Amino acid sequence: LQQQHEDLSTKKLRLTKPSKSAALHVDLCKATSPADALQYLLQFARKPVEVESVEGVVRILLEHYYKENDASVRLKIASLLGLLSKTAGFSPDCIMDDAINTLQNEKSHQVLAQLLDTLLVIGTKLTENPSVRMRLVEVACKHLTDSSHGVRNKCLQLIGCLGPVEKGVAKEVESQSAKDVQKIIGDHFNDQDPRVRTAAIKAMLQLHERGLKLQQTIYCQACKLLADDYEQVRSAAVQLIWVLSQLYPESIVPIPSSNEEIRLVDDAFGKICHMVSDGSWVVRVQAAKLLGSMQQVSSHFLEQTLDKKLMSDLRRKRTAHERAKELYSSGEFSSGRKWGDDAPKEEVDTGAVNLIESGACGAFVHGLEDEMYEVRIAAVEALCMLAQSSPSFAEKCLDFLVDMFNDEIEEVRLQSIHTMRKISNNITLREDQLDTVLAVLEDSSRDIREALHELLCCTNVSTKEGIHLALVELLKNLTKYPTDRESIWKCLKFLGSRHPTLVLPLVPELLSTHPFFDTPEPDMDDPAYIAVLVLIFNAAKSCPTMPALFSDHTFRHYAYLRDSLSHLVPPLRLPGRKLVSSPVSPSITPNEDPSQQFLHQSLERVYNLQHLDPQGIQELLEFTIRDLQRLGELQSELAGMADFTATYLQCQLLLIKALQEKLWNVAAPLYLKQNALASAAAKQILEETYKMEFMYSGVESRQVVIIHHMRLQAKALQLIVTARTTRGAEPLFGMCEKFLQEVDSFQRCFISELPHMQGSFVDKLLDLMPRLVTSKPSEVVKILQTTLRQSTFLHLPLPEQLHRATATIIEPTGESDNPLRFTSGLVVALDVDATLEHVQDPQGTVKVQVLYPDGQAQLIHPKPADFRNPGPGRHRLITQVYLSHTAWTEPCQIEVRLLLAYNSNRSKASAKIPKSTWGDSMEALPQSENGIEGTIPFSKPVKVYIMPKPARR
Amino acid sequence: MPEIKVTPLGAGQDVGRSCILVSIAGKNVMLDCGMHMGYNDDRRFPDFSYITQNGRLTDFLDCVIISHFHLDHCGALPYFSEMVGYDGPIYMTHPTKAICPILLEDYRKITVDKKGETNFFTSQMIKDCMKKVVAVHLHQTVQVDEELEIKAYYAGHVLGAAMFQIKVGCESVVYTGDYNMTPDRHLGAAWIDKCRPDLLISESTYATTIRDSKRCRERDFLKKVHETVERGGKVLIPVFALGRAQELCILLETFWERMNLKAPIYFSTGLTEKANHYYKLFITWTNQKIRKTFVQRNMFEFKHIKAFDRAFADNPGPMVVFATPGMLHAGQSLQIFRKWAGNEKNMVIMPGYCVQGTVGHKILSGQRKLEMEGRQILEVKMQVEYMSFSAHADAKGIMQLIRQAEPQNVLLVHGEAKKMEFLKQKIEQEFHVNCYMPANGETTTIFTNPSIPVDISLGLLKRETAIGLLPDVKKPKLMHGTLIMKDNSFRLVSPEQALKELGLAEHQLRFTCRVHIQDPRKEHETVLRVYNHLKAILKDYSVQHLPDGSITVESILIQATAHSEDQGTKVLLVSWTYQDEELGSYLTSLLKKGLPQSTA
Repeated sequence: LQQQHEDLSTKKLRLTKPSKSAALHVDLCKATSPADALQYLLQFARKPVEVESVEGVVRILLEHYYKENDASVRLKIASLLGLLSKTAGFSPDCIMDDAINTLQNEKSHQVLAQLLDTLLVIGTKLTENPSVRMRLVEVACKHLTDSSHGVRNKCLQLIGCLGPVEKGVAKEVESQSAKDVQKIIGDHFNDQDPRVRTAAIKAMLQLHERGLKLQQTIYCQACKLLADDYEQVRSAAVQLIWVLSQLYPESIVPIPSSNEEIRLVDDAFGKICHMVSDGSWVVRVQAAKLLGSMQQVSSHFLEQTLDKKLMSDLRRKRTAHERAKELYSSGEFSSGRKWGDDAPKEEVDTGAVNLIESGACGAFVHGLEDEMYEVRIAAVEALCMLAQSSPSFAEKCLDFLVDMFNDEIEEVRLQSIHTMRKISNNITLREDQLDTVLAVLEDSSRDIREALHELLCCTNVSTKEGIHLALVELLKNLTKYPTDRESIWKCLKFLGSRHPTLVLPLVPELLSTHPFFDTPEPDMDDPAYIAVLVLIFNAAKSCPTMPALFSDHTFRHYAYLRDSLSHLVPPLRLPGRKLVSSPVSPSITPNEDPSQQFLHQSLERVYNLQHLDPQGIQELLEFTIRDLQRLGELQSELAGMADFTATYLQCQLLLIKALQEKLWNVAAPLYLKQNALASAAAKQILEETYKMEFMYSGVESRQVVIIHHMRLQAKALQLIVTARTTRGAEPLFGMCEKFLQEVDSFQRCFISELPHMQGSFVDKLLDLMPRLVTSKPSEVVKILQTTLRQSTFLHLPLPEQLHRATATIIEPTGESDNPLRFTSGLVVALDVDATLEHVQDPQGTVKVQVLYPDGQAQLIHPKPADFRNPGPGRHRLITQVYLSHTAWTEPCQIEVRLLLAYNSNRSKASAKIPKSTWGDSMEALPQSENGIEGTIPFSKPVKVYIMPKPARR
Repeated sequence: MPEIKVTPLGAGQDVGRSCILVSIAGKNVMLDCGMHMGYNDDRRFPDFSYITQNGRLTDFLDCVIISHFHLDHCGALPYFSEMVGYDGPIYMTHPTKAICPILLEDYRKITVDKKGETNFFTSQMIKDCMKKVVAVHLHQTVQVDEELEIKAYYAGHVLGAAMFQIKVGCESVVYTGDYNMTPDRHLGAAWIDKCRPDLLISESTYATTIRDSKRCRERDFLKKVHETVERGGKVLIPVFALGRAQELCILLETFWERMNLKAPIYFSTGLTEKANHYYKLFITWTNQKIRKTFVQRNMFEFKHIKAFDRAFADNPGPMVVFATPGMLHAGQSLQIFRKWAGNEKNMVIMPGYCVQGTVGHKILSGQRKLEMEGRQILEVKMQVEYMSFSAHADAKGIMQLIRQAEPQNVLLVHGEAKKMEFLKQKIEQEFHVNCYMPANGETTTIFTNPSIPVDISLGLLKRETAIGLLPDVKKPKLMHGTLIMKDNSFRLVSPEQALKELGLAEHQLRFTCRVHIQDPRKEHETVLRVYNHLKAILKDYSVQHLPDGSITVESILIQATAHSEDQGTKVLLVSWTYQDEELGSYLTSLLKKGLPQSTA
């Protein structure tokens, strides 16, 4: 079917040919043998059919169908009928009767199944019509007794997809066959063919998905299916049981072979747990996944999943976890393991030991130890979901999660670290657990280490030794992998601010201060020392007694770090020192934040100046832009906002400058060359507006309209400049028309915003529109020039949140002096590792650009799988770029950078317009507005030294 | 009644010398042929004279199956085939066939060269014995002869270990060998399909143990090694050459890779190198991770683990050394131990069980001063650690396997009697199947109830299933046909075809029955009443009133005549063929009840 869509564009060309249906008819009549006919049909199926001729084609096909004796041809026709009824815009109710009629006399089971499939397609297209559905369901019921599994399969599928869902309506419409679809499907749970059994369960699930409330009576039937011989049946049955457990969690079911009764959800939980040790891994994955979403289960059942009663020689044994916990609580930590340390203690009552069928017992223990990593991942995910809803369970599953940090497959390790992070609110790590967690910091995989840093950011540690341990391990990590610097600092920042009281007693030791002796001043550029300071300063923020322990140089270092690493070091109230800015306490809302105030004030100031002399305006703008840029550097949370406004003001400044040019007064021919400034300004404004529109996340339509307005002004400027510099009206004519169209589309797109734009360029322009349309290009230019000069400066409202998309290339570092050597003509893979912040849909927009010294540029689209999402608003691009070039004599540097691709079609403005308007005006709109595609470089370029060697012969 | 007989010659209520005889449907199969590590006399090999006093073993055994290469499962093989004399086929998996001779040769060397025994099998005998071996693939059904077939399933435990299904006709036995239900670093878990054998012969080494998760043990092990190496200490790990050694190697290798460690790891040369070579080859027998990554890199091509040289032991700085043998009783591991024992920075990790009397056992039980030969006293200052890495299924694992295979009977071998007792009781209680645990030489007889396959022609099957409702899996279905037993085969065919084949003419058998009814009316009126009555009751059948005054229900004919003596009594003649017996007798009983009065 997809092919049909693709071919849509080429279809128009073929319209002159005789109709499809006629051609087919001729072909089929010509066919001498069934094989021939089949060939024609196969060829026919490759080409799309227009909506108008579908019915005709169907008639021809049906006609041939009745005449055909060969089953394979009939099969193909039946499948074609299904394909044709899928054609968009075609309503298949006219062919339904015929399709049903063909069923009557069909002998071949395969063709029957295919016909039922066709009916299913027809039925799904006509879901609105209850009587059609009813009829099809009846047909399906009639064929349920067929001896072929394929036919029964399709019938059940049909019933599942089209069976009546609403009880009341069903009774009215159905007169004689007031059958219960659930009953019909349920009868086939015991079918002799496993495929039919699977289809029956699937049909039941389909009914559930369509909103029918399944009856509780199916539950015990479904439970029996769990012991089926075939894995697909078991897999589907697990799903069905899960569905029922969600529908009737509180119902009571009896436990077989005893008089007790338990809640249905608990019973189902136990049964699904049992399936975690099924023979087929597909079922195991399915079961493990579903366990995660059974949150109503009672806590003692839940906790059993982590319990596996250990014994050795019939004596009860404690698990390693229990022993570790005991050691910890007895005050002794990490004793050496001795022979017989784990010697079993109490005797076990042989009668009471239940080796199997103990419900949920140990399900997760098994799942996490499974052979297939798919099962292990599913189990970890399930643990995560259950732990998020139950704090006590979270506490219990901790040991198991920590164990998973040592899994052999990296994905599993990563997943368990992420899981741990997600449940970290509910847990406090014991020291021995922390020890295991920290051991993973030495992992050579960067992903794992960073995930672990993230985890440590939000972990609760219980003792000061724990903090010390974490710090020591992180510093070890830092020396082993210096590139982790930023991530480790950030991690320590959070560790400090979360545990101020635990850090306090460690301060003298960490700063190595001594009560009597002066100690040497540590090296300020040492990343490890900075790491320690980050921890201490962040702890000191909520611990006012801490600064008393600092030595003199610490204060100096504080001042330095506060300025150079302001995002890591918080403002502190230090004794005897005035703070540069007033202290920020958490109670102050962002609106009252002085830096925010400053931002708003400076903007106010700019917007209020309407009647200053041009020189003054320019100066003020320049100052404000400078202020804003500096503010953005200082206050990371305001950076987006400040940059955005600064860019806007910059545009405005450029516009004013361009209009202030004295050259406008000079006669045209004289400044042919001197218009460089004006046209460059126009170009730059255009670029900046695209940046504003696409590089910031959180831009609302209010801002978009202003950005577009600015762009319109830039285009006007361009038009004027061109008018001044080119001779003859011929090229101008087209440009004028284009511009007017743009104004028109602007008006249509932003009709609702226009009232807010009093006195602006576009406002004035629209007033003059009737005149503009009729006047000559030269006049248009004149009008434009005056309007542009007279129009007021639009106030740019600021959204709540605004973030600028940024990218930092971590690798390649660009510091290497060793060229990357490779044989020319072959490719070399360059690892690129970058972090992206505040990029929406990076898979679609982020590209890698490679610039060769000869000016050749290469654009690479990374695979969607290369992007990872470590946190909200952040992405990580880890990809490989293939380089190649002809031989060079010397090694030379190439530049690698990231680009943000945009397409004005995708712009936020166009998304707001109802689709129909777009469709109508599609033709009328100029090509430019239709889809300007471009790229914005948004990372610093990195230089890579490469050397393609000539191939040796 | 058909029966399966099982006699363990070894491993009955015991560990070691696995050797089990199975007779199934007239076929005799020997499962494993191992030696006993505890004995040095005749008791070390199974008593093959049990099979036959005089006469060749080949005549009595149809085949021999070896589950894996451990000596307690294959150690007696050359003795059995070459010295006692057996020429029939021996089945084992490809890895077992490759590694088994290495171990046998090593065993021979130690016994003959070191201990100086005579009358032991020679190298040539091992070679000759291996020539009789037929290698099988996993899940490959091997036809031993026309009736006997065997099939191997994956068993974990060691490389190439397999469980075998032995099948004759509809009777089958599954022998597990040693197996492992939890995967480890280099092997996967045992798996079997729902083959529902008549008998499952399972090992039961850990019948009374439920083990802790493997991860804790692994983590502890790695942490210990890592800490010691970071301290600058040396780690000695005494291992046996095959099996666990590879698992620990993989474990350390991946850990070194992950953590970017630089300290060298050494492996004592010789046997192990050869064995590692085979591990590299048989990637398909390993676990998921190794199987998936071997295209990039074969995990057994160790990057960090190098061959050990005697001189390395004196090198300064940290290192990890794997050395044989595993119990520190002789050889390289003991030599290294003596060198390193004096330094408290060093560590020795015992990864397995140690027999009493060995140095390994002594240090594990806490002895710090050892008396070596020559009255030397060795003071042990190094740390001594114990880590159990064993690859047998625990009680839960055994139960899980039984659940997967769904056998009719279970028989336990390869375990201690006391422990088996417990597991036996559990199995009977939870699965409601019989469980046996014969001692060596004791024969267990199991009666089976095999189903007998009968060929049926498709036409007949279709015809018969078309009658009546859809077939129900749970209920038996009645079928009509003729059973022909000819040339040892059974066929179910339609009566017509049977007649044709046998060249017989068809005879019709009709039952006739007279039913007297009190009805004063005329004959045709009675007929009409009967007709209406039947029509009302037998809705699903075609009841017809024929013009000649008779009624047919399907093919049953009913005629009414007036009684010759009493005109008030009508005689209904009911006649049916024997095929319609069911309906016919029902009809007569119905008519005997008389006609309802209300219609009158």
